[in-house]
Amino acid sequence: MVATQEYKVIGTRPIRHDGLDKVTGRAIYGADVKLPGMLYGAVLRSPHAHARIKSIDTSAAEAMAGVIAVMTAKDMPEAGDELVDLGEGAINFSHASDHIMAMNKAKFKGHPVAAVAAISTNVAREAVAAIKVDWEVLKSVVTVDEAMAPDAPAIVDGWVGDDLGEKSPLPNVGSHFRHEFGDIEKGFADSTTIIEHRYDLAMVHQGYIEPHNGTAIWDQDDRVRVWTSTQGSFTVRTQLAGVLQLDESRIKVIPTEIGGGFGGKIPIYVEPLAAILSKKSGGKPVRILMDRADVFEASGPTPGGWVSLKLGVNDDGKIIAGDADIRFDAGGFPGSPVGAAAMCMFSCYDIPNTRIDGWDIIVNKPKTAAYRAPGSTHVAYAIESIVDEICEKLNLDPVQFRLDNASKEGTRRGDGPIFPRIGNIETVEAARDSAHWNSPLDKNPGNGKVRGRGIASGYWFNVGLKSSVNLSVNTDGTVMLIEGSTDIGGSRTSIAMQAAEVLGISAEDVIPTVVDTDSVGYTDVTGGSRTTYATGFAAYKAAQSLIEELTTRASTIWDIPEDEVGFEDGKFSSKTDPELSMTFKELAGKLNETGGPVSSTGAVDLENAGGGFAVHICDLEIDPETGKTDVIRYTAVQDVGKAIHPSYVEGQMQGGSVQGIGWALNEEYFMNDDGQMANSSYLDYRMPTTLDLPEIETVLVEVPNPLHPFGVRGVGEPPIVPPVAAVANAIHDALGIRLRQAPMNPGRILEALKENNG
Amino acid sequence: MHPFDFVAATSVADVNSVLAQHGNRARPLVGGTDLLVQLRGGRFELDAVVDIKSVPEANVLELNGSLKMGSAVPLAEFYENQGVRNAYPGLIDCAELVGGIQIQSRASMAGNLCNATPSGDTICPMIVHSAQVHITSAKGDRTVAVEDFCTGPGRTVLEDGEWVLDITFPAPASGFGAAYERFIPRNEMDIAVVGVASSVTLDGSGKIADARVALAAVGPTPVFIRDITALLVGKEPTEENFVAAGKIAHDAVSPITDMRGTIEQRRHLSGVLTRRTLTKAAERAKAG
Ligand SMILES: Cc1cc2nc3c(=O)[nH]c(=O)nc-3n(C[C@H](O)[C@H](O)[C@H](O)COP(=O)(O)OP(=O)(O)OC[C@H]3O[C@@H](n4cnc5c(N)ncnc54)[C@H](O)[C@@H]3O)c2cc1C
Repeated sequence: MVATQEYKVIGTRPIRHDGLDKVTGRAIYGADVKLPGMLYGAVLRSPHAHARIKSIDTSAAEAMAGVIAVMTAKDMPEAGDELVDLGEGAINFSHASDHIMAMNKAKFKGHPVAAVAAISTNVAREAVAAIKVDWEVLKSVVTVDEAMAPDAPAIVDGWVGDDLGEKSPLPNVGSHFRHEFGDIEKGFADSTTIIEHRYDLAMVHQGYIEPHNGTAIWDQDDRVRVWTSTQGSFTVRTQLAGVLQLDESRIKVIPTEIGGGFGGKIPIYVEPLAAILSKKSGGKPVRILMDRADVFEASGPTPGGWVSLKLGVNDDGKIIAGDADIRFDAGGFPGSPVGAAAMCMFSCYDIPNTRIDGWDIIVNKPKTAAYRAPGSTHVAYAIESIVDEICEKLNLDPVQFRLDNASKEGTRRGDGPIFPRIGNIETVEAARDSAHWNSPLDKNPGNGKVRGRGIASGYWFNVGLKSSVNLSVNTDGTVMLIEGSTDIGGSRTSIAMQAAEVLGISAEDVIPTVVDTDSVGYTDVTGGSRTTYATGFAAYKAAQSLIEELTTRASTIWDIPEDEVGFEDGKFSSKTDPELSMTFKELAGKLNETGGPVSSTGAVDLENAGGGFAVHICDLEIDPETGKTDVIRYTAVQDVGKAIHPSYVEGQMQGGSVQGIGWALNEEYFMNDDGQMANSSYLDYRMPTTLDLPEIETVLVEVPNPLHPFGVRGVGEPPIVPPVAAVANAIHDALGIRLRQAPMNPGRILEALKENNG
Repeated sequence: MHPFDFVAATSVADVNSVLAQHGNRARPLVGGTDLLVQLRGGRFELDAVVDIKSVPEANVLELNGSLKMGSAVPLAEFYENQGVRNAYPGLIDCAELVGGIQIQSRASMAGNLCNATPSGDTICPMIVHSAQVHITSAKGDRTVAVEDFCTGPGRTVLEDGEWVLDITFPAPASGFGAAYERFIPRNEMDIAVVGVASSVTLDGSGKIADARVALAAVGPTPVFIRDITALLVGKEPTEENFVAAGKIAHDAVSPITDMRGTIEQRRHLSGVLTRRTLTKAAERAKAG
């Protein structure tokens, strides 16, 4: 199953170019930015989940010594009501502006209402505390069901959502859409086994270690410079242009290193506030940092909500009907990833008759953003749990059932598109053949605990989009690689390796640098699992044109026609005269005397990406007296297309699995009655630590993606899809109970056991 | 954050004078693992913080039959002392599970006690070891049993100007054993959903001469359940008796539902952990 083509660089594991700076603490992150004369910003945030702002009095703050500028929503330029695509999600600028600083109403706890720039953080905080807001506290709703009640308070004033092409009569419906294929009624009529359940999930956060940050200068020429840690500097530029109502060319975004994003560092939060405060301070730099509670309460987690699913199976063990209703809480503005959830809903299976309803529901919680395969984990929890239940009921092998029903090239996805060559079957087969699946599990180890094993599949479609890369040759034979993709998971190296493979030089000889938005062509976000695929593709193209240019140069040096120069294995040579041969390095050394420097550009706009499949196997051990659950063995199997740098691919698979396990077992936004998150700290948010996890084993399946020169598929997102379902299925195997609400924490396990035992 | 004076005290008198001057606007600091977090979080304002880590009397760790532990002794120093490990395994249980290694290297048991959260991991173990708190102030000294020290969440018997100088643990009687267990959904870095400390003293015939059980995170203060003592004294250390003790704990506690657990779950765990820690304490009592 491993791609057969031989490569020199691709598939090896060189040390990352940015590694030394990162392990020695030299790498510059957002909070490290310090500029001459810099001011420190602080943000006043709503203490209420839902409240109208009757008035704001900033006079006491303005009068304080050391306070240089104070702003409210009145200082925000009026932004247009247009929808702009950001690669992983779209943005409406008037909502974005209102989100960044509340105009009339706070729509979630932590919603900014004013901000201050001062000579120190302490002064800025004291000034913020001196701002008086006259609130009219409104009833808040934090769940999909509450928000959809006919008497629910309207959260976004004047919003009318689209309900299957009609105006929704309900105030908080962001949208309602449907995909339907085949004959769903007949499908269920022909089914001999039908199972239907609802699966609820809590809102969870990506949990990146580095809080959001932004430092800005808005100078007297109306040029804005912004330093920030982001998944997409160009996306920040687009958003800032919309929110600040400036031409993009006036804005320069300088990306710092980024301490994790997982989708959450695509939207902007504090950057425009820093910019406006800078303008009001006469062009002084202003830096704003979030703290952890701000990050939990006012950045973009992934939605809670529910998936109600009905599956019908015939006597041949084929799923012939599927009906899904997916409802996500979008947060304080419309725009949850429910559309992506629908795309993934039935994607692992070939089901002739399907219907998917998707509902985007506005609630008084932080506006959701992307989080690793957004929406797909939710739907996998539902379908993979029901598949497990079907197999149990019909006494079918869960792996064989998945193979018998697998989607493959030509299968129609639940939202319409026909699958190209995909590696679903190969991935399930690799799981079936894995050491883990074939190892025995002692279900009663004799320590009073019980063990269980679960398996689940998952899918993410991945995206392509736009990327640019510039290459230039140094006379010592190394190559500078300039890119716009901020590096979260080692992408500098994975992209450099693709250029190196083409150029016939080592990965170390390609020196990658991530630059600002003035210094390279447009590049979309590091997200959607697109970076190694699309920016790598751009690097491949740039390297190809570099070789063309160098071939011309060799022909000039040798004074032979260009088409007589060949390039192979890192060597230029004459096709006719074996005496004429130069390595890449030798030719590089001659460039200055033979016409000057050589550089090239590669740019791509890729419409499709080729989806990725994952199958996970989870063994866990439960103390039935306390509900305490420990994952004791875990294997992630995934079709990765082609692993450019296998360690980074494995790292993505392990990281995604771990986040999914946390989501399954303990993580949640625990909301109290007045719409406040009660656990907005890492102490109580309960992400897994290293002590809570075994080594995550990985099995890389390589079904090359025909859309990419090296066969790359996005790998970052599929691994978060199966874990919640895999854990649920393992809990069932251990205890005989099916938990249909995440997190499946010890309290819920105890409750379910009690219910089971009467 | 409100600005405050930082006083690095080197004597008991230094501490007394700062506390006398500022009343409830000053507090002692040991590890600061609660205090600094609370100050930064804006929980309250202080005018002075007095660091007691350089006060010699607050740094004693004297094992002399009984054990005298100065209030500034960090948990790591406590559990790395071999004599203490041998004599008080039930205290080692809790000292080793507060936070992680960084926290244990700074944080103190006295700080845990004076912070007085119902979930504090070291308070119940101190109760079942019958520890006595030595309180001092410019006005003089007094001694209070640990079970009488906490009066509510974050509230103690300490009056303005008073602070804890040291804590004394009586010498373990022969036939004494103790244990602490807490339930957390993860394996470290979590606050107890429920914590239970138990101690058992067996007489020459193997019957229970004394038993003490205290529970964390199931009421406004750590809960010392005297009814369990009454139930167990004179009985055999059997599973059946310990299950019965667990039932008393289950019914006696008054937990709340919050982000860390529900009332039902906490009652249930109170019973389970009471049985488990009594069993472990009795095993230690038999062994040692
Ligand atoms: C990451 C992390 C993990 C943690 N994990 C746990 C855990 O697992 N279990 C747990 O129980 N706690 C935990 N804590 C809380 C804290 O570490 C403990 O309560 C610790 O024992 C406090 O000791 P300290 O010396 O740091 O106290 P400090 O913060 O120095 O003081 C705490 C309070 O006691 C007062 N005080 C201190 N000494 C005296 C004295 N001698 N006389 C009078 N008042 C005094 C202080 O003024 C303050 O109000 C954790 C904290 C953190 C930050």
